[in-house]
Amino acid sequence: MGEQKGLTIQGNMATALGAKLCRPDVIPAYPITPSTLFPEKISEYIADGELDASMIRVESEHSAMSACIGASSIGARTCTASASQGIALMHEMLFIASGMRLPIVMAVGNRALSAPINIWADHQDTIASRDSGWLQFYAEKNQEGLDLMILAFKIAEDERVLLPAMVGIDGFVLTHTVEGVKVPAQEDVDEFLPPYEPPHGKLDPKEPMTFGSLGTPEYYQELKYDQVEAMDKSPEVIDEIFEEFEKEFGREYNRITPYKCDDAEIILLTMGSMTGTARAAVDEMREDGEKVGLAKLTVFRPFPGDLLKEIAGDAKGLAVVDRNISPGFGGAVFAESAGIFINEKKKPLMKNFIVGLGGREIFKKNFKEMYKKTKKSVEKGSVDKMVEWINMDEKVMR
Amino acid sequence: MSEKEDKEMFASGHRMCAGCGEGIAMRTILNEAGPNTIATVATGCLEVTTTAYPQTSWEIPLIHSAFENAASVASGIEVALKQMDKKGETNIMSFAGDGGTFDIGFQALSGMFERKHNVTHICLDNEAYMNTGIQRCSSTPYGASTTTSPAGKFSIGEDRPKKPLARISAAHDIPYVATATIAHIKDLKKKVRKALDADGPALVHVFAPCPTGWRHASNDSVELARLAVETGVFVLWEAEDGEICDLNITHKPKERKPVGEYLKKQRRFAHLTEEHIEKIQKEIDEKCEQYGF
Repeated sequence: MGEQKGLTIQGNMATALGAKLCRPDVIPAYPITPSTLFPEKISEYIADGELDASMIRVESEHSAMSACIGASSIGARTCTASASQGIALMHEMLFIASGMRLPIVMAVGNRALSAPINIWADHQDTIASRDSGWLQFYAEKNQEGLDLMILAFKIAEDERVLLPAMVGIDGFVLTHTVEGVKVPAQEDVDEFLPPYEPPHGKLDPKEPMTFGSLGTPEYYQELKYDQVEAMDKSPEVIDEIFEEFEKEFGREYNRITPYKCDDAEIILLTMGSMTGTARAAVDEMREDGEKVGLAKLTVFRPFPGDLLKEIAGDAKGLAVVDRNISPGFGGAVFAESAGIFINEKKKPLMKNFIVGLGGREIFKKNFKEMYKKTKKSVEKGSVDKMVEWINMDEKVMR
Repeated sequence: MSEKEDKEMFASGHRMCAGCGEGIAMRTILNEAGPNTIATVATGCLEVTTTAYPQTSWEIPLIHSAFENAASVASGIEVALKQMDKKGETNIMSFAGDGGTFDIGFQALSGMFERKHNVTHICLDNEAYMNTGIQRCSSTPYGASTTTSPAGKFSIGEDRPKKPLARISAAHDIPYVATATIAHIKDLKKKVRKALDADGPALVHVFAPCPTGWRHASNDSVELARLAVETGVFVLWEAEDGEICDLNITHKPKERKPVGEYLKKQRRFAHLTEEHIEKIQKEIDEKCEQYGF
């Protein structure tokens, strides 16, 4: 294994560097805060001769994803970057990319959706794409952003998966924050991720095929089933590739990573950059003798229900922390977690906390409050309020 | 298609309506382009009638993804082929109807032109959203009754003129823009060839009558396309390198026929009075004067 160079860089640079190490052929991209540095860095790599690839400076995110689909369908390794309104604009094309089984990778600077317009951290943009058939990864820190880009290509292109993947890093909290990262050597990434060759054909005049046919009621359901089955079976591939990555590069990844969960009575379930703060809060509460643990969700799609059951099945309470909201119900991670336990006899009592929308800060004290509220419900044996919003400013409310 | 080749690139057995102008156009265009071609197609009549799984009418590689993005998907293909060291001999074409070109696909088309991708875009113009059931579009001509611009006591039908798509395209300063019809097959073939041979983006705007939407006899499609040119309703021209001020009229009718001959064959215009027709004639006369005939 080659030496892993240490760099101190912003999150967008980490995902761009991760992408560069994967030697993409075509990168169609449209700038949007907070992920703009990604296409800027890729442009620089190409301009300086560090990356042999073509950028397409498209006129919209819809065209960015459309051009990714075109490029990927002739067998190019393709990626892009976007956020928020950009992902909303390409929403239609996300479903088409997955339905056509094209392993496109997208780096996301997770950001809130308008209105009101807001450029700060929030998971609503990718959560709103939950049902688009993309694998979804969320990074806690810049190192994970870099590594997950490499992992995303490897998993997406695996013949057993062949689905597009998005890697989310929280807007500003990670995208614009400088952190130390270790950069795998190019030759090691080349070995880990061989060149992409579509296993089931591509657009090629020598062997003409029609892609994107009209799927009538006689065929549509079976074609969808195939696609969903690939997603359902992907955890096995993801675990295998995470393990291979750890062996090669020395960093461990899990679909969900437990922290101090073994004897924990109450577990906090988090996703993205908030996890670092939650971990610090857990450490402090542990010092105070509280039996609290933390589970970090790295893979949201496919949802790792199997691991969540293992980690939290014996706990008394599960506090699911969502940086997104589905109006009329609650957070998406909560809805999925609750769904996973529905047929289990033994399950934790669950509460949902909505935090950090539109870049609202999330403090250690907020996690302590969530813990206390969950503990209270556990002691009472019932939940009064299933979904609670945390760190609200009464002065702003009317 | 060279004379020696006898393989049709657009297979029969598709599900187009009898007399569909698009079918005639597609057979001509794909045979001219030949087998070394990759195409994208927008959602619409052409797509639904030719790609129902597990069949296809396309003997060349084809990708359909959505309505508004045939030109963007083609952009991705063109760049990827160049990047991946292909020789650059493959034609890249995008196909869309008038809805997918004039309206919802216009942004993607303009982007493809501006970025100078070597893509030929074919617009098959039947002057309304026919696949969804004859709704008006910015290509619908003045006076046409459609399901969303119906003629009525207080309505003449479509009350705005047709958007000048080909002229707007030429204003992008792209290497080649042409208008063509399904009645002028040699002219269409020549223009498709020029578009494919151009070093950069090209547009061929093909006038393709629709018996279902225009409500004319299905054996009148070619005749209507001819009449459109002979009455001056649709002008055949080409412009190279964005020379829009100097566009070349490729077919000048010797004597222009009155527009009524064209309008009266179509029930979408059946409600028009002689006064309406006079007004339309006047507008055509002015337009033809601009074009120099």
